[in-house]
Amino acid sequence: MTSELDIFVGNTTLIDEDMYRLWLDGYLVTNAVALRVRSGILEQMGSTAAVLQSDTMDRYRTFHMLERLLHAPPKLLHQLIFQILPSRQALLIERYYAFDEAFVREVLGKKLSKGTKKDLDDISTITGITLKSCRRQFDNFKRVFKVVEEMRGSLVDNIQQHFLLSDQLARDYAAIVFFANNRFETGKKKLQYLSFGDFAFSAELMIQNWTLGAVDSQMDDMHMDLDKEFLQDLKELKLLVADKDLLDLHKSLVCTALWGKLGVFSEMKANFKNLSRGLVNVATKLTHNKDVRDLFRRAVLPKSVFSVCPLPRWLPTPGPLGPLHGHPPWLPPAPLS
Amino acid sequence: MPGKLKVKIVAGRHLPVMDRASDLTDAFVEVKFGNTTFKTDVYLKSLNPQWNSEWFKFEVDDEDLQDEPLQITVLDHDTYSANDAIGKVYIDIDPLLYSEAATVISGWFPIYDTIHGIRGEINVVVKVDLFNDLNRFRQSSCGVKFFCTTSIPKCYRAVIIHGFVEELVVNEDPEYQWIDRIRTPRASNEARQRLISLMSGELQRKIGLKVLEMRGNAVVGYLQCFDLEGESGLVVRAIGTACTLDKLSSPAAFLPACNSPSKEMKESPLVHPPSHGCRSTHNSPIHTATGSRLTQNFSVSVPTLIYTGMGSGSAGKEGGPFKALLRQQTQSALEQRGGSPHRFCRRREFPFFTLTAFPPGFLVHVGGVVSARSVKLLDRIHNPDEPETRDAWWAEIRQEIKSHAKALGCHAVVGYSESTSICEEVCILSASGTAAVLNPRFLQDGTVEGCLEQRLEENLPTRCGFCHIPYDELNMPFPAHLTYCYNCRKQKVPDVLFTTIDLPTDATVIGKGCLIQARLCRLKKKAQAEANATAISNLLPFMEYEVHTQLMNKLKLKGMNALFGLRIQITVGENMLMGLASATGVYLAALPTPGGIQIAGKTPNDGSYEQHISHMQKKINDTIAKNKELYEINPPEISEEIIGSPIPEPRQRSRLLRSQSESSDEVTELDLSHGKKDAFVLEIDDTDAMEDVHSLLTDVPPPSGFYSCNTEIMPGINNWTSEIQMFTSVRVIRLSSLNLTNQALNKNFNDLCENLLKSLYFKLRSMIPCCLCHVNFTVSLPEDELIQVTVTAVAITFDKNQALQTTKTHVEKSLQRASTDNEELLQFPLELCSDSLPSHPLPPAKEHLESASSNSGIPAAQRATSVDYSSFADRCSSWIELIKLKAQTIRRGSIKTTVTVEKASPVGDGNFRNRSAPPCANSTVGVVKMTPLSFIPGAKITKYLGIINMFFIRETTSLREEGGVSGFLHAFIAEVFAMVRAHVAALGGNAVVSYIMKQCVFMENPNKNQAQCLINVSGDAVVFVRESDLEVVSTQQPTANCQSSCTEGEVTT
Repeated sequence: MTSELDIFVGNTTLIDEDMYRLWLDGYLVTNAVALRVRSGILEQMGSTAAVLQSDTMDRYRTFHMLERLLHAPPKLLHQLIFQILPSRQALLIERYYAFDEAFVREVLGKKLSKGTKKDLDDISTITGITLKSCRRQFDNFKRVFKVVEEMRGSLVDNIQQHFLLSDQLARDYAAIVFFANNRFETGKKKLQYLSFGDFAFSAELMIQNWTLGAVDSQMDDMHMDLDKEFLQDLKELKLLVADKDLLDLHKSLVCTALWGKLGVFSEMKANFKNLSRGLVNVATKLTHNKDVRDLFRRAVLPKSVFSVCPLPRWLPTPGPLGPLHGHPPWLPPAPLS
Repeated sequence: MPGKLKVKIVAGRHLPVMDRASDLTDAFVEVKFGNTTFKTDVYLKSLNPQWNSEWFKFEVDDEDLQDEPLQITVLDHDTYSANDAIGKVYIDIDPLLYSEAATVISGWFPIYDTIHGIRGEINVVVKVDLFNDLNRFRQSSCGVKFFCTTSIPKCYRAVIIHGFVEELVVNEDPEYQWIDRIRTPRASNEARQRLISLMSGELQRKIGLKVLEMRGNAVVGYLQCFDLEGESGLVVRAIGTACTLDKLSSPAAFLPACNSPSKEMKESPLVHPPSHGCRSTHNSPIHTATGSRLTQNFSVSVPTLIYTGMGSGSAGKEGGPFKALLRQQTQSALEQRGGSPHRFCRRREFPFFTLTAFPPGFLVHVGGVVSARSVKLLDRIHNPDEPETRDAWWAEIRQEIKSHAKALGCHAVVGYSESTSICEEVCILSASGTAAVLNPRFLQDGTVEGCLEQRLEENLPTRCGFCHIPYDELNMPFPAHLTYCYNCRKQKVPDVLFTTIDLPTDATVIGKGCLIQARLCRLKKKAQAEANATAISNLLPFMEYEVHTQLMNKLKLKGMNALFGLRIQITVGENMLMGLASATGVYLAALPTPGGIQIAGKTPNDGSYEQHISHMQKKINDTIAKNKELYEINPPEISEEIIGSPIPEPRQRSRLLRSQSESSDEVTELDLSHGKKDAFVLEIDDTDAMEDVHSLLTDVPPPSGFYSCNTEIMPGINNWTSEIQMFTSVRVIRLSSLNLTNQALNKNFNDLCENLLKSLYFKLRSMIPCCLCHVNFTVSLPEDELIQVTVTAVAITFDKNQALQTTKTHVEKSLQRASTDNEELLQFPLELCSDSLPSHPLPPAKEHLESASSNSGIPAAQRATSVDYSSFADRCSSWIELIKLKAQTIRRGSIKTTVTVEKASPVGDGNFRNRSAPPCANSTVGVVKMTPLSFIPGAKITKYLGIINMFFIRETTSLREEGGVSGFLHAFIAEVFAMVRAHVAALGGNAVVSYIMKQCVFMENPNKNQAQCLINVSGDAVVFVRESDLEVVSTQQPTANCQSSCTEGEVTT
């Protein structure tokens, strides 16, 4: 006796969170069943493994059918085929677009091309994330990238509008898209200690301050590309190191701004000259694409110091200085643009 | 020219890409009604076209309005080649034809293609201007309301219940026409869909005409079915109960009580449980021999069982029900047709009612389940306009049912239904119902006024009234064991009661109920035509008998004494027959405590064998005890003295013989009787019997927190919360073809059903505590080695902690009231019974059988029903008023409503970072609930918008690519649900009640990578308002409130 066909269709589509996670994590049906058996669910319900198998297959099939809709989340909201409660719809979308920290660190800044996709095998082996899950995450990045690439307006808003992601997740995607677009190198050993959150934070600041859209509010269609002119202008910063008076003025301004806001204030003050020189050196060499991509590697060079002040006009705002280990994972809300 | 249909095509969305080059579509729409077609402009290069068309106007007869569906086709314009069809939408405009229902159909409809499924959506607005037509000879029946609900719909009251209406129309199946060889599968499927839509429109119109003739204005319990007879054609048939309904003028005042679920329980007053006994009327194997060869209409009638009871009593002595079963009733049903003297019957040929729940006082007594089956050979329908053969077949069966009912001293049949099972050219027609004595006042015209005035003095039958036997105890139509009613102690009741109706609301039940199923398979030799039909008809009585035995045993094992909602389905396949009976077992307080089950061994001298037997016995006893605890069955102990001595001669136990074990003499019985109570004896004299006992014990009870039943509501639970989940589950298994035996088959089938139930429990575990209600199993045998089981049910959560006080007080009240004045009412049926068969002094069962069914018996039976009802007219009352009375005693507030839709689920934990609320919280698609029940827990139905009756075909030639058979069917059923919901939403509704999937025919050909499936669903579109909402905004107009909430979804895009 074999089951040829075995389905369950509810008027309201039931979403089991645990099952959804197993599916997203790329477990095969057999593995998922084994995992569930171990969780002791059978004893709770006095059920059999066959029931579990059937249930798992059925849920996987449902998710598979939903996947097509999840590729364009607004469709999920308007479609009529599956009646899903709004809270569940949100959950489906949010989790589908969620990604693993380990995975994103491997891919961040890489071109979202077929070539990279071929490397997913290796990434899967390194990170221990299933290939299926890696593919989903990669495809998500790529899909979001494609959709917002040519769009005007704020990156985060566009992502939120077209993928209905939560604010936080949309910001993360903005960072991913921004990094992928500018191909910042993040994979070097020296940068390994930095978390995705650190990069996402920098990305946000760069989007806000370094892009065309940020500089010129009229041209708000270019939130993904850095403002070349601005990078050229950074050459002028040489003065800050070359001119003693300016150096002192700079130092006093920075110290005033950061006083009491920095744990390593005294170190900073003591090493200000070195730090400043390092930063300015980085800043003045951002004229070539290659150098831009190398920004992060070079920025952390001088004694693990990372730029505080990407832009002069932003100077008064406090920010983390030095190693970013203590950088909180959640970021302040994005300024309205 | 009595109607103008106006259609506007607004927009489309999510269209498929039809032009690969541009990844876009140039869509336009054809709107067709009858022979008139309009077209919109082509909207170039868009997947979300905005046509915003003018109003297309069709001027049509109302006859066409009823028959024809509105057909909307979305196409892709192609300059150089033929335009490609994207898909279609069929809209049944019937709901617009009666005044109280919907006034406009407006909303997003899924665009459906039979090959690709749903492909985007289209926004359509439809209106009808209807001119009044008072022509007496008109062919249309606009204005007659149809309800699938098998009880009087909420927010209506029944003025008169007229009775049975039926109609059938036949046609050639387009799939089998010659043209099908040259047209595409899509064209063929669409021709079929259109034809069936047309036929069901016609059928509904014709039934409507009959209702108007009877001066009714509505059909309740409308059940329409398709018989796909293959080569020989397509039959669409329908049955229903004609009524005159009055809209309750102040829904706000009345409805709340009426609709609350606890109220539901009380609403149906009807059950007369039959005692058990088995009567067979074998209509004519003789027929087989003679008539069959000559005529094209080969027909084999099959013995019929009356499931009134047969476990105890004299069965054993008389040679067992088995003998009775084989008794052949020679008299042909048709002979009875001459017309009964009874006034009621004269007026209506068949006193049948498709209702399963009744107004209080409607049902006086219940006699038992009556059923009839007949095996027919299909032949091409030569003249579609004269479907006489099919009509005659059904008339024959109905006649038989009627005569069975009479034999039980009943003049009516309630909970009546008909079904067919077709395999190749053989067709089994089945009908079943519950014989009952009804209160005549509801059946007569012109009594309403009087009723209203008298209602207060009106008496209700006691809660136990329906249990009392309608037949003469001295002339029982079958062997049964009677006792005095445990409730009133005045009337006799049978020891077991089987019915096809819902539990009457005023019945006193002890403990909870449970789903009881009997499952059975029988192998059959492959044969052709007549030989095949004969083989089947020979097998049927044995199957019926065994199904009955299984039901009885399982009922005893559960410690219960009555079955409600009994539905026996016999399915015929190439090489086997399947029987599946489902019912809800309960313990009725009025009936005696059931005895246990005893096991008797055949070879008593073998020590180890006996040990084994006693071991089994112990297991059975333990199971009974466990079940009693599980279902909370603890009837109050009643001392024997009070009860009085149980009637004829108290029997310590009876023996139930298995059909195979004919030699009962050698059996030694172990005396393991449970006190004085009757006990069943199961003989174990062969391996078969052993299997049976084992299978009894293998039925696993549902996990704790779960209950299941196949009736509307679970007896013993009434504190429903508002979370409901309707679902359909389908399973197909392939049997290994090697050495199939009956046992192996039975085991496979049993496992299939049990596993399916287990899966359902598992899947719905998050709803615990909950109850699966209206569990409806359908078995089909699509191919030689395939068994398909389809289950539709609804899971409803309930509040475990909330006490049942409200009901109790209510029941008590009604009890008090009822008990004071029941006697008068009860006399009627008693008189009827005693008068009816005065000349038969205590005949043994078999003699009685003969007499009842033979010609001589008929007059007697007819006399029985020929009581002059007019004498009761003056006692008439309006049951509606009684409902009101009852309703007021229920505290609405006791129902806890949890609004599931708003239940927020915490998003994100673990891996996920802290995030703000996702932006998509406000969905744009309004939720439409679906349920097979006639009510929605925690809500009031404020308006019925019309019947939903839809038929879909889906076919694929890329089965693997669509996820195999499971993926294909899963998607299709989801699409069907979506289309039903879309239609309901477009009518302005937010729920479908009495939803039923009447057909799900699935065929596959994996080698060719093809599959096809046909699904037919129906239900009533309604508007409901949450009780909690009503309370909060009591001033707000409920309908307006609701309308706005449902339209909300349609506006947004």
